[in-house]
Amino acid sequence: MPDVDAQKVIELGYSGNERLVMNMGPQHPSAHGVFRMILTLEGETIVAVDAVIGYLHRCHEKLGETLTYVQYPSIASKTDYVAAMTSELAYVLAAEKIGGIEVPRRAQYLRVLAAELQRIASHCLWLGTWCMDMGGALGGGATIFLYAIREREMVLDLFEALTGARLLYGFHQVGGTRYDLPAAWAERCRSAVDFIDTRIDEYEEMLEDNAFFLARTREVGVISRELAQEVGVSGPLIRGSGIGYDIRRLEPYSSYQEFDFKVPVETTGDCLARYRVRMVEFRESIKIVRQALDGLPAGSISSRPGVKSVGQVRIPKGEGYARVEGPRGEVGCYMIADGSPKPYRMKWRGASFSNLAVLPHIIPGHKVADVVAITGSVDPVFGEVDR
Amino acid sequence: MTTALAVRDFVAAFVLLNAVIAVVTYVTLLERKFAARMQSRIGPYRVGPHGLLQPIADALKLMMKEDVVPATSDRWVFNLAPLVFLIPCVLIFATIPFAPGLGLADLNIGVLFFLAVSALEIVGLFMAGWGSNNKYALLSAMRAVNQIISYDLPFIFAALIPVVLGGTLRLGGIVEAQRGLWFVAYPLLGQLGFLAYLVAMIAAENRVPFDILEAESELVAGFRVEYSGMKFALIQLAEYAHVIGTSYLGALLFLGGWLGPGPAWLGLIWLSLKALAVFLLVTWVRWSFVRIRVDQILGISWKLLLPATLSLLLVAAAVVAYSGGARGA
Repeated sequence: MPDVDAQKVIELGYSGNERLVMNMGPQHPSAHGVFRMILTLEGETIVAVDAVIGYLHRCHEKLGETLTYVQYPSIASKTDYVAAMTSELAYVLAAEKIGGIEVPRRAQYLRVLAAELQRIASHCLWLGTWCMDMGGALGGGATIFLYAIREREMVLDLFEALTGARLLYGFHQVGGTRYDLPAAWAERCRSAVDFIDTRIDEYEEMLEDNAFFLARTREVGVISRELAQEVGVSGPLIRGSGIGYDIRRLEPYSSYQEFDFKVPVETTGDCLARYRVRMVEFRESIKIVRQALDGLPAGSISSRPGVKSVGQVRIPKGEGYARVEGPRGEVGCYMIADGSPKPYRMKWRGASFSNLAVLPHIIPGHKVADVVAITGSVDPVFGEVDR
Repeated sequence: MTTALAVRDFVAAFVLLNAVIAVVTYVTLLERKFAARMQSRIGPYRVGPHGLLQPIADALKLMMKEDVVPATSDRWVFNLAPLVFLIPCVLIFATIPFAPGLGLADLNIGVLFFLAVSALEIVGLFMAGWGSNNKYALLSAMRAVNQIISYDLPFIFAALIPVVLGGTLRLGGIVEAQRGLWFVAYPLLGQLGFLAYLVAMIAAENRVPFDILEAESELVAGFRVEYSGMKFALIQLAEYAHVIGTSYLGALLFLGGWLGPGPAWLGLIWLSLKALAVFLLVTWVRWSFVRIRVDQILGISWKLLLPATLSLLLVAAAVVAYSGGARGA
């Protein structure tokens, strides 16, 4: 049922026409997982939207209390399964912050490398699925999707060589990283990002010279600067609304201060602005990957010796919050440690969860077709929304 | 004598109908292969050499599927809709001359018949959308009526340009009028007219980027969301038959029909190649554009396409008037 606010919108916007309540999701071709929107329509125009989440809740925060610091990073990757490196990193950063654990510089660079490759892979999937939302699985959208998936595959191959896994990595651990680069990996990575760099030009050519694409994205789903701040969106959404908010710049972690990159900002706040921000981020991530490969320091990849059992890493009493800039925005982990091998309490701040909260504010007034375009431009991953 | 004629016509219609179904079946394979090429894939490859038996496997699969009729649907309307949709889409082939003298009936009002019959498909679409008693289907039926009304007018006006230039409504006559110079080669008028015809054709056939009826990312599958098995196959068949039919019409009206080098019996091949070119052009558009919104679709029709085709038609009439009569008259 629509909540009270939605009901109010319906009554205010009611102009005597027949209204239709339509259910979009949780099983729907463009639900991006399991997202349910209850739309109230007047003809094709949406007057109210009620967003229902929670279909993918897996008790991640409770799991965080029952698993040790050694075990949980591999589970953390399951929150945002499209960009698994991100939440792993947030978790280990929080533990390291409380314990005051130093991370060797090589490990820091490896973390940056993984994070940026992950951003490329995640944006590839976003571009593909978003275009598929707008263009249909039986149309031009599917073409872009298949192109983008081809490039994501290259990054996943790199991750497979690095960690042995393609989706959920378990690459980060408290005190450093679990794996070092295999032989010849750096050259492979370099040629892969060079190739992806040329492909991004192709996407831009195919989309930005396309009047239909512009018609579908320009002035659609405008998030104003004020609304963005009020709701607390982050990542490409807030940067598309004119605020250059990027954790990598504001509160550098894993030696991000040593890298030279640009934080793209667009002012219009519509779907096109979010698209442009992400397209620049593609290129900036490639730049950072190259810098990380060039400047990769020698040395150890972990500040602590290997453990014989999962309970051997203990974090002293204390609490702390660590945040990282994921592909979808600010991913935060708040942790309370009590000196045992497990955290006493852990809380996730999922970027998609906060970003999704903006939908009921911007969707009313648009047409049905815009709903999928707007939802796609927010780029939610429901593992991260529901956790 | 009349019985013999009736039997001959019946046999001819039977042969044509089955030829259409066979062609449509294989055109789906062609489209899938073409799309796969564009998307750097291989496409169907497993059933038969190079996937050549894939359409037959698909048809068999659809025949064996359970035929689901939703409990709350309007049974009569729901069950009739695929047939009502299919009949006009196949009937349009009756008037197409595939070569001089080769065709079911080269009516003296051929173009008019074609346009009138192909506009009837909306009845089937709306019945499917309404009878399903499904919100997605209903919304899709609503869009269908909007779109067909908006796009049939520019489609008709674009198709009338060659009629005015040729001075006849008979498709065979229009083709003969293009001997020497195809209508698409007329400076500016021909190219713009053909372009308008293509756009209106894509929209009237509800293909991407104008496929807001099906719009599987919003309306799941639109009016056909509740259909399964053979009824779904009939709808699919009708859509492709319509696309092929309008491709043939485009080839006849603008691309000189069966005219081409070589002996006269090559006419069928020339016409089919030209229709294939039109079809592939439409397919190319389909697999490279994103879908546009319903209000934008209506905007394009009423604000751009309709005035444009109407003025092109007037220009064509002026050309005919000042050059001393139509070529075919």
